[in-house]
Amino acid sequence: MIAIRVDDLSHAYGERLALNRVTFEIRRGEIFGLLGPNGGGKTTLFRVLSTLLPVQSGHVSVLDRDVATNSAAIRQRIGVTFQAPSLDRRLTVRENLVHQGHLYGLRGRELAARIDDRLARLGLTDRMHASVNSLSGGLQRRAEIAKGMLHDPELLLLDEPSTGLDPGARHDLWRYLQQLRSESGVTIVVTTHLMDEAEKCDRLGLLDRGQLVALGTPAELRAEIGGDCLTISAEEPAELSQRITERFGIEPKLLGQTLRIERVRGHELLRELVEAFPEEITSVSLGKPSLEDVFIAKTGHRFWEEEGMKN
Amino acid sequence: MIRTSLTAANETAFWLPIWTLTWRELLRFFRQRSRVVGALGQPLIFWVLFGAGLRGSFQAPEWAPSGMSYQEYFFPGVTVMIVLFTAIFSTISIIEDRREGFLQGVLVAPVSRLALVLGKLSGGTLLALIQAALFLLIGPLLHFVGLGPSLDWHLSLVDWLAMVGFLGLVAFALTALGYSMAWSLDSTQGFHALMSVFLMPMWLLSGSFFPVPESGWLSWVMRLNPLTYGVAGLRRLMSPILAEVSASSSLPSLSTCFAATCGFCVLTVTLACWLTHRRSVINVR
Repeated sequence: MIAIRVDDLSHAYGERLALNRVTFEIRRGEIFGLLGPNGGGKTTLFRVLSTLLPVQSGHVSVLDRDVATNSAAIRQRIGVTFQAPSLDRRLTVRENLVHQGHLYGLRGRELAARIDDRLARLGLTDRMHASVNSLSGGLQRRAEIAKGMLHDPELLLLDEPSTGLDPGARHDLWRYLQQLRSESGVTIVVTTHLMDEAEKCDRLGLLDRGQLVALGTPAELRAEIGGDCLTISAEEPAELSQRITERFGIEPKLLGQTLRIERVRGHELLRELVEAFPEEITSVSLGKPSLEDVFIAKTGHRFWEEEGMKN
Repeated sequence: MIRTSLTAANETAFWLPIWTLTWRELLRFFRQRSRVVGALGQPLIFWVLFGAGLRGSFQAPEWAPSGMSYQEYFFPGVTVMIVLFTAIFSTISIIEDRREGFLQGVLVAPVSRLALVLGKLSGGTLLALIQAALFLLIGPLLHFVGLGPSLDWHLSLVDWLAMVGFLGLVAFALTALGYSMAWSLDSTQGFHALMSVFLMPMWLLSGSFFPVPESGWLSWVMRLNPLTYGVAGLRRLMSPILAEVSASSSLPSLSTCFAATCGFCVLTVTLACWLTHRRSVINVR
């Protein structure tokens, strides 16, 4: 069962191409993560999926409906949580939920029961008469999710849900999302630029510069790299890189002040390297590949590099 | 049977969002007391100060009943000013809603764009009417502290209803105008700029502040200003004596005023709906 089908989707803001021929599918009942650096295109994709932006070229269907022609039917069945909170800050938590219910055609006892249920589930019952302005970031985010879940959507779209949350609140949020997926079978799509968050998804799509560069479960993606990952720091990384190539026939990736080598049986190479260049190497570490390593392998640049250049 | 229940459900789906958006508008307004005071206080002060300052230099138009003071002349104009200010400021909230993210939440909800427009407009209109009603109550009372003229209200219930209905029409048109401006702008500063170069002159040149001259360029500008007909219509409805007075450039007939205001209303509401129907980048962030 497919929840979302994206076929050859491109989107441009004026001259700038934000999405470049993206094609993938999201299955029903999975937590799907769109991982990428800021500016990679994930928010644009999120906006198209949530029916806010028109489909410029390509084809997108959400819950078997065409986004371009049938957005009204889709809106009834999806819940959307934006990066910027969509709560009315001057109203109380409960008032916000009442308005939300009305917008989705819910009212009366049915609405009151649902509000009570969502407030209880998200631990907001004792704060329901508090003005949103007076809540902490974590509680606001929870109220935001209660709002998005009020009409029992089959698909929940969350844009950077952990923004502004402390580690404890982030942990709670993910526990809730996982519970929602396993108990109610809700399909969840999350955009994120955090690696540890991406690890918690069932499947991931890596977006970089508007292109989908990898797709799979976190384990599959790591397996694609294979073996171990060696990270070497050196005073003269470029020179060292050249000498490693000469001696071992390996071409390390040069990333800033560090060199990176992906290798099966990395520990053997590690020993040889340290023996060969004891002076040049300042430190070296060996690890299983992380999602960041996957990103580097797929794109040839560091995850944060682009943003660093932009700032 | 199934068909009827479906229609009923559809109707709920149409009216419920309008109602809830209207209610939210009222709730927000009354939680910000400074807004309540600002939208009513400034026109009230204008009425007293200009009324006192311009008393000597005011030349009543020929249709005016003898002995009409400037403050009496100014009264309908100030009422329209209150409507304008309240309607306009309630639409500024669209820019805030967009910045704070609330608007996105509404845009992804299964709410027709028409319902969104109508919810916002009826909220603004109701607020404007409430504020105007307060002024209609407080204004005449100022006579007792020596700050206002004695206004003789000889209005029947029907007259009152006609007046409030007409004022509602003016408020709806002005709210739709403010909505259309706010929808296309991304900052409240921009809105304030438009307000001072466009909305304030529109009010000044509506016959609120001074009568429409018989000839000259100013006369034409004022005759082309749709708000002129709102002010004149209100003037006629407020003083039934004026029913006898035949139409002139400074006081068009009631039917002309009604037709022009309806036309203005249809135009601004259509504009507001048309703008809202476009899926635009400005609304997403």
